[in-house]
Amino acid sequence: MNRRCLLKGVGSALSGVVLTSFAAPLGARAQDTITLPFANGARPLVRYPGKRPLIQLTARPPQLETPFSVFNESVITPNDAFFVRYHLSDIPLSIDPEAFRLEVKGKVDRPLSLSLSDLITGFEPVEIVAVHQCTGNSRGFVEPRVAGGQLGHGAMGNARWRGVPLKAVLDRAGVQAGSRQVTFNGLDRPVLPETPDFVKALDVDHARDGEVMIAYAMNGEDLPWLNGFPVRLVAPGYYGTYWVKHLSEITVIDRVFDGYWMASAYRVPDNACACTEPGQKPSATVPASRFNVRSFITNLGDGSRVRAKAPTLVKGIAFDGGYGITDVLLSSDGGETWRETALGADHGRYSFREWHAEVRLPAGAHELKVRAINRIRQSQPIAPLWNPPGYSRNVVETVRVHAA
Amino acid sequence: MRAFQILLAALVVVAPIAAAEAKPLTYPLPDETATLRPGPDMQTAQNNCSTCHSVDYINTQPPQRGAEFWEAEVKKMIHSYHAPISDADAKTIVNYLAKTY
Repeated sequence: MNRRCLLKGVGSALSGVVLTSFAAPLGARAQDTITLPFANGARPLVRYPGKRPLIQLTARPPQLETPFSVFNESVITPNDAFFVRYHLSDIPLSIDPEAFRLEVKGKVDRPLSLSLSDLITGFEPVEIVAVHQCTGNSRGFVEPRVAGGQLGHGAMGNARWRGVPLKAVLDRAGVQAGSRQVTFNGLDRPVLPETPDFVKALDVDHARDGEVMIAYAMNGEDLPWLNGFPVRLVAPGYYGTYWVKHLSEITVIDRVFDGYWMASAYRVPDNACACTEPGQKPSATVPASRFNVRSFITNLGDGSRVRAKAPTLVKGIAFDGGYGITDVLLSSDGGETWRETALGADHGRYSFREWHAEVRLPAGAHELKVRAINRIRQSQPIAPLWNPPGYSRNVVETVRVHAA
Repeated sequence: MRAFQILLAALVVVAPIAAAEAKPLTYPLPDETATLRPGPDMQTAQNNCSTCHSVDYINTQPPQRGAEFWEAEVKKMIHSYHAPISDADAKTIVNYLAKTY
């Protein structure tokens, strides 16, 4: 069975996703497409070097989404299936790993210029399994629809990251008293010099929490090129916007960074739900920060057919911003009643947590719903929340199946 | 002979440095294939928008959102990303996008 058939088979069984194949114009290669289950959801499946065919949202700069069936295969998302998100089109296409340097500067006692081998051999390595998720993951499902990258659920992934604690690097440089934030810049650049460069910032205390990492390996291999080769920032539990790729400059500053990508973009309503009434603007905003709680059914999708009154396995994944998932509840009656599910192996509080349950469904149509709860009893809303940029969607997901 | 020895010495000195300078790695991107939908003034959108990004950014937006939606997007490109789009072109682009998408 070749991959196209595999994708076609699994994809059409899951998430109401429709896969089609059509002959491209003469001389071009035939191209697979996938249709995400929202209006205008047709996307090409494109194979980039080092990647399996992924859902292409945009080509320049590349934005690639993981086909949802991948999340049913393993708790770790393979490197060749991991999603890709850039903001600016002048992305690095040539990197000399020997010449590469990570500069650490600003309000530090000893500015550093670290080579890749300095990072690998000069510091004690650490590893963490952590979910990486785009702030706008699932934006395509937001109603009323909003502008931005129209993503399904595939702008997320779970990997084992290996690298150097940012704290160790900052301590070697010597952060000066009175410092407020640390900014992160990568090798990607805007096309026009006037366009704000993609620079992100974390508070000094967060940057020195010992968990934020400068990662040089992912699932036991070099970082894939499009995931930030040779090093990227990993901010466990925090939205992907902070996980700066091709990280080349770390600057300690004594103020709150006011660049566009912090002061204007990637901000959510400053209230408990990070939401507004649909169509309304928030009165105040704050930078997007920790993931909220999410959970998914991965082995059944809209339109799946199961045997009536027979034991049916339902399984999936759940995650949150790092408190750790303690319960995953499943409903097979559209949310009227809920039952516990069994949790899979614990790979750490930042990882996907697998779960499974067995249900017996009478003949007919059924709505399966899944809802996770974390250690501080945060959960997911039954009805979707809305905000203007379509960030941080985490509604209880529903899968409609038919038992016969 | 002496000239050859000097050359040889130079090569011995130069060679290890050359060997230490590893070649840069490169990443070949697949070709960009998306095109704008045909419509009046498509070329104005093509000329302005594709300076900074592929047009699948436009093609994948939710359908039939109207002029207000597209005006906000074009304004964002001008004010937030400093795209050098003239007022006349901005109007033409919003009109094309609202009619065609």
